[in-house]
Amino acid sequence: MFVLILSFALVAALLPGVASLLGRRVFYVAALVPTGAFIWGVWAYSQIATTGPLIEQAAWVPQLGLTLGLRFDGFAFLMLSLVAGIGVLVFVYAGSYFHTEPIIGRFAATLLLFAGSMLGLVLSDNLLALFMFWELTSITSYLLISIEDNKAAARTGALQALLMTGMGGLAMLGGFVLLGEAADTYSMAELLARPPSGSVVNVALLLVLIGAFTKSAQVPFHSWLPRAMNAPTPVSSYLHSATMVTAGVYLVARFTPAFAEYSLWRPLVITFGLTTMLLGAYRSLRQHDLKLLLAYGTISQLGLMMLLFGVGTKESIFAGCTLLLAHGIFKAALFMLVGIIDHQTHTRDLRVLGGLHTQWPVVAVTAGIVAASMAGIPPLFGFLAKEEALAALGETGFAWGALVLLGVVVGSSLTVAYSARFVWGAFGPRQVTMIRDQDYVGNEAVGEQAPKPSNMFLAPVFVLAALTVVFGVLPWLVDPMIARAYESLVGKSTDHHLALWHGFGQALALSAVAIGAGCALFWRRKRIEELQESMPRVPSAQRGYDRTVKGLLEVADAVTGFVQHGSLPIYLGVILLTMIVLPGVPLLRDSVMPDLWFADSPMQVVVGFIMVVCACAAAVARRRFAAVILVGAVGYGMAALFVMQGAPDLAITQLLIETLGVAVFVLAFRHLPADFVRPKLRGSQVARIAVAALAGLFIFGFTLFAIGARTEPSISGEYLDKAYSEGGGHNVVNVIVVDFRGFDTMGEIVMLAVAALGVAAIVRAKRAPTTAEAESSATEVEV
Amino acid sequence: MTQRRSVILDLCVQAEFHTLLLLSLYLLFAGHNQPGGGFAGGLVASCAFGLRFVAGGGQALSRSISIPPTTFLGVGMLFAILTGCVSLLSGHEFLESAILSVDLMVIGKVKTSSVLFFDIGVYLVVLGMSLLVLEQLGEADGSDPDEVQP
Repeated sequence: MFVLILSFALVAALLPGVASLLGRRVFYVAALVPTGAFIWGVWAYSQIATTGPLIEQAAWVPQLGLTLGLRFDGFAFLMLSLVAGIGVLVFVYAGSYFHTEPIIGRFAATLLLFAGSMLGLVLSDNLLALFMFWELTSITSYLLISIEDNKAAARTGALQALLMTGMGGLAMLGGFVLLGEAADTYSMAELLARPPSGSVVNVALLLVLIGAFTKSAQVPFHSWLPRAMNAPTPVSSYLHSATMVTAGVYLVARFTPAFAEYSLWRPLVITFGLTTMLLGAYRSLRQHDLKLLLAYGTISQLGLMMLLFGVGTKESIFAGCTLLLAHGIFKAALFMLVGIIDHQTHTRDLRVLGGLHTQWPVVAVTAGIVAASMAGIPPLFGFLAKEEALAALGETGFAWGALVLLGVVVGSSLTVAYSARFVWGAFGPRQVTMIRDQDYVGNEAVGEQAPKPSNMFLAPVFVLAALTVVFGVLPWLVDPMIARAYESLVGKSTDHHLALWHGFGQALALSAVAIGAGCALFWRRKRIEELQESMPRVPSAQRGYDRTVKGLLEVADAVTGFVQHGSLPIYLGVILLTMIVLPGVPLLRDSVMPDLWFADSPMQVVVGFIMVVCACAAAVARRRFAAVILVGAVGYGMAALFVMQGAPDLAITQLLIETLGVAVFVLAFRHLPADFVRPKLRGSQVARIAVAALAGLFIFGFTLFAIGARTEPSISGEYLDKAYSEGGGHNVVNVIVVDFRGFDTMGEIVMLAVAALGVAAIVRAKRAPTTAEAESSATEVEV
Repeated sequence: MTQRRSVILDLCVQAEFHTLLLLSLYLLFAGHNQPGGGFAGGLVASCAFGLRFVAGGGQALSRSISIPPTTFLGVGMLFAILTGCVSLLSGHEFLESAILSVDLMVIGKVKTSSVLFFDIGVYLVVLGMSLLVLEQLGEADGSDPDEVQP
């Protein structure tokens, strides 16, 4: 399994190069990886029937006892078949969606990385690994939404998605850590087998739910999903309908059997799920953009899935698994259809589109079938899922069961209405009379002359449409798969089976009611639209997000304005005072005076005297240049002391540093007046002298007491012993630098490089006020 | 500010430039057993280029080296990190040293440590940093085109 996940990343690294050779056919190459994953999944699925879940372990940070565990069970296979199966189709689809844009290499690589991360997410058993993959999907989603980075809407939409899912992810991490510490294990299987209890678990579950709700776009965290629709359509159909947004549902599904009895869990999930289902469907009826219509529809369906898993009865979990699969199939197909319409006609506005049913009759029929599956019309797979859901909610036995059932029936009829609206809007006759606002110019129906999409472009849609029909008519094909998923969630096998015909019952009656009400809603759509227009605008979640971000930026501005006021003397003063006060106070309280002696040799006295004189002279020098030379002389004196102590390495380094330091100072001083500026204010002068003197005293005292503070034996002896035997060098200093403390050196050279780039950036920023000059200087540098 | 170039300085720098570079390489390779090392070697090389700069200005500097300083920084860090990764891949701890002995036939048998490559990385980063700072601070007053004219 590790190899499988890694292969996604490895192939992704190669794709940009392949793209420059193959053009858009790179997507077919990329499709091979999820194909392989799918084949592996089917093979592994045939194994787990006899052996139980496949488990792979790898030591991650053995010092902390962290193990990276992967686990493949029935529910993981359900998710894997969505991720890999739809993944293959999306890659094939993308091969026709794009032309020869330069971004395709980057796009294919990022999409494949996402697929790998999502696969890791559903296979992870370790909670921290799950979190890592969770965040990877957020990051790849960000990169994919903003892939056309010249579009401002794509950039802000991507940022919003990242901020909201990232915030939820952090909350979830907190929850995971609390749970992991309470249960003393980070393995999800062990945690769910023996769920911890206590008040801390309530907090932890709340945090985990925030993560799940943000990722699965539950109200009020849903606003990022419609804005993520600025992404290219393959992304919308893969990430934002079938896979990534179901990650939150996945988590709730995993956790519910263990935690459903907790006071918080069930009411929270059901409330949020139901609200999301109703609000999403209601908002969907108002959209003119086909993609947004589907996005709100996705939000609504995610709410239903959340609700089903949250209820947590056996029947509802079974129904949830069915809906997860059914939704992935029909929603991915619908998004692909929108992409095809957009690609061929250059619009997604259902008020403008018209005549496509005569142009592309086959496509129109396919769209009708898939949308009917979404609406829950028999005999399609969506109908089976809806039936299961209604039946499960009808027999919960909870006091509030009837209320939830009523809500779901209302939501279902809204779903029927927006499904009909989708098909009618995209493929029906043009609805000119419905245009009210001014954003549409021209009066020809778009689509009448649209070129026919190629067969390769349509193939993935046909595959998905065929699946939704076949699974509906022949439910025994998927029944074992869903039963296995159910079994790995609940831990018990089931004798419940999917069937197209359950006989006359409450569920069938409710389905009929929902379909009838949905058709009525669609019949009276003009009236409904007028009603929606006249409704007062409720405060939208989008405005809430905008306000929060604006407020955050304002606070950041205020804090920066206060802390970074731009006065160098004050910065330096703050740094020095912190240095003096923080270690200084404990130093004064308890420090041991070391044994002192005057000097080792007369030469030391001479050099020391010279250094003191130079240092004092530097402090009172009037000219900058003189001050720098004097400071350099102090450094050379230090080098002389090192030589006398028998430390040639330190002496060489000190000498060279001083030389270069003086040279750089001189370069910098060319831009400053030759003389120091004498401050006019007496008070500020006194403060400066005080701070400088205190800092000097502190350093002196600190060095002095540092010698006396030793409590453990020195490690120098060991270094001396092992320098040759283990480090292979006679120069102990060098062996320490590159071997014993190699990690420190690594950090230091990285810091050097960063500092150098920082200097370059500051100087350049100062020098080049216009971009033209910046460009010319950049080319100069390259010469 | 007009700057005159001193002929004496110019000639001296030309004479000792390559010697300094050789010295820096000596320090780099001898560093494991005698005083020196990547840091000191890099600083000596930086001083060599610094002298070039003092004598001839930014133009002399860019004439004497055509590789951009950022390349030194990047390649240096790559060297250091790869050394660590090689020991990691061969089953040791990150940056754990191994003693290499190479038979160079004519010169004889050379015994060194794998951390020499790490030291080369340090050398390159130090040199790159100095070059970048010299270049940036030195060109900062590029508004005066006469300055670097010979």
